[in-house]
Amino acid sequence: MKLRALAHSRTGDKGNISNISVIAYRDEDYPFLCEHVTAARVKEHFREIVTGDVTRYELPAISALNFVLKGTLGGGVTRSLALDAHGKGLSSALLDLDLRERADAG
Amino acid sequence: MRTIRIGSGAGYSGDRIEPAIELAEKGGIDYLVFECLGERTIALAQQARMKDPRGGYDPLLAARMRAVLPICHAKKIRIVTNMGAANPVAAAEATRDIARALGLKGFRIAAVTGDDVLAAAKEADVTLEDGGTINALGNRVVSANAYIGAKPIADALAGGADIVITGRAADPALFLGPFVHEFGWAMDDWNALGRGTLAGHLLECAGQVTGGYFADPGIKDMPDLARLGFPIGEVSEDGELVVTKVEGSGGCVTPATVKEQLLYEIHDPTKYFQPDVIADFSEVRVEEIGRDRVRVTGGRGAAKTGLLKTSVGYVDSFVGEGQISYAGPGAVARGKLALDIVRERLALTGVAMSESRFDLIGVNALHGDERARRAEPYEVRVRVVGRTDSLAEATRIGNEVETLYTNGPAGGGGAWKSAREIVAVASALVLESAAQAKLTVLEA
Repeated sequence: MKLRALAHSRTGDKGNISNISVIAYRDEDYPFLCEHVTAARVKEHFREIVTGDVTRYELPAISALNFVLKGTLGGGVTRSLALDAHGKGLSSALLDLDLRERADAG
Repeated sequence: MRTIRIGSGAGYSGDRIEPAIELAEKGGIDYLVFECLGERTIALAQQARMKDPRGGYDPLLAARMRAVLPICHAKKIRIVTNMGAANPVAAAEATRDIARALGLKGFRIAAVTGDDVLAAAKEADVTLEDGGTINALGNRVVSANAYIGAKPIADALAGGADIVITGRAADPALFLGPFVHEFGWAMDDWNALGRGTLAGHLLECAGQVTGGYFADPGIKDMPDLARLGFPIGEVSEDGELVVTKVEGSGGCVTPATVKEQLLYEIHDPTKYFQPDVIADFSEVRVEEIGRDRVRVTGGRGAAKTGLLKTSVGYVDSFVGEGQISYAGPGAVARGKLALDIVRERLALTGVAMSESRFDLIGVNALHGDERARRAEPYEVRVRVVGRTDSLAEATRIGNEVETLYTNGPAGGGGAWKSAREIVAVASALVLESAAQAKLTVLEA
């Protein structure tokens, strides 16, 4: 199962830092996301792209996680050589994350 | 309890104009805000002003003002915008001239200046976020503009301004200013300022909270994006917010669209640093209370830091780029051959690059090689880009891609090249006393 089945996402940029939200479609999936979509997994998923730390913030009131990825935008949006200098597409890449099937899937 | 309705008429400088007209005509709004100033735009605007002392404000200011001034005049809608960029006074004068040309009388237009802190930043030799100081950049520095807060905007409104034009203000402050003015919030009522900042943050990107930048067909569909409606915030005296839009316009306002925008460009949600407050979004709740109506509660705030984020613009480098496309069987192999040829040519001819990329658009340009091991695409686009110390050197990069037409693999088409100067922006912090806001008021 892909993360895309359980959550939606948006990327934001500031300087050389990207933030990627992961928002559960259903509140009941939030604990599963907390358990499986860890900062370490996100860092591993983006190992070709992220050069710095990945920090996760939890927002249980809206069943969402917020990942902050340092050293991600080619030295900064205003000087990056990347085609997508803002890293706008990173949210879509994160939704491609493989998750194990849940016991209660369906 | 008193409530005001505030519309968001632009989320960036090039944004659509008709949704702002729709908001003014049908939104029942008291205020119309245009957020048009990106991080780098202010530095480019400073360069434009150096070339032309009458320039340096938003290139679409005249088009936007012509479109909405007659409606705002008739309906008594006040306008707040950062379209002043590097020259708010010239922007105010241009707006006054447009109002006069349209025969609209009685407009009071206030320009807010004081965000240009270049002299103070050099005096203090401020440290840049990624290391170094402003003076170490020497004569490459173009500008230093502090993000100013809501107070001067509220003061301008209290002085009777119908239109307030700023330069570098914090985006949410364009909304917070009207709330402070309308509701008389004290500038140390941190929870009120935090809630007002929350409202401003949700509204400032315009269509990004009403269904823009959201659609993923089959997973989360969004209707009528060609006629996307821009948001209206209904904000009450206690800072409670309902996000909505004009009935019949495209898009949707749902808890999902609001949540995505809530976290857009946020790091630690308990600490959203603003000039007037440290806003806390960590316990915000969203609730659907009707069709295209979402209530947002739970915003808070803590005392401001006394420091202002400042964007330091500087001439960083030059960048040269070239692209060319290949299609059909073997397209990826020919694209890779093209990259190898250009790489070798740049070395053979001694083009000095401090950094470069050799991408295949359609394969690995966005997220690297690991995700590229999938089905062969029908077409690919070669992209070579490099950083140099001069424009002449940058030009040679695109040329080496273009010459693939007659010297490279079979079937290359649609070559394109560019070479440009890069004005980059680094962030610094200055004491808030470095930015002394000043109002210039004009009458139309």
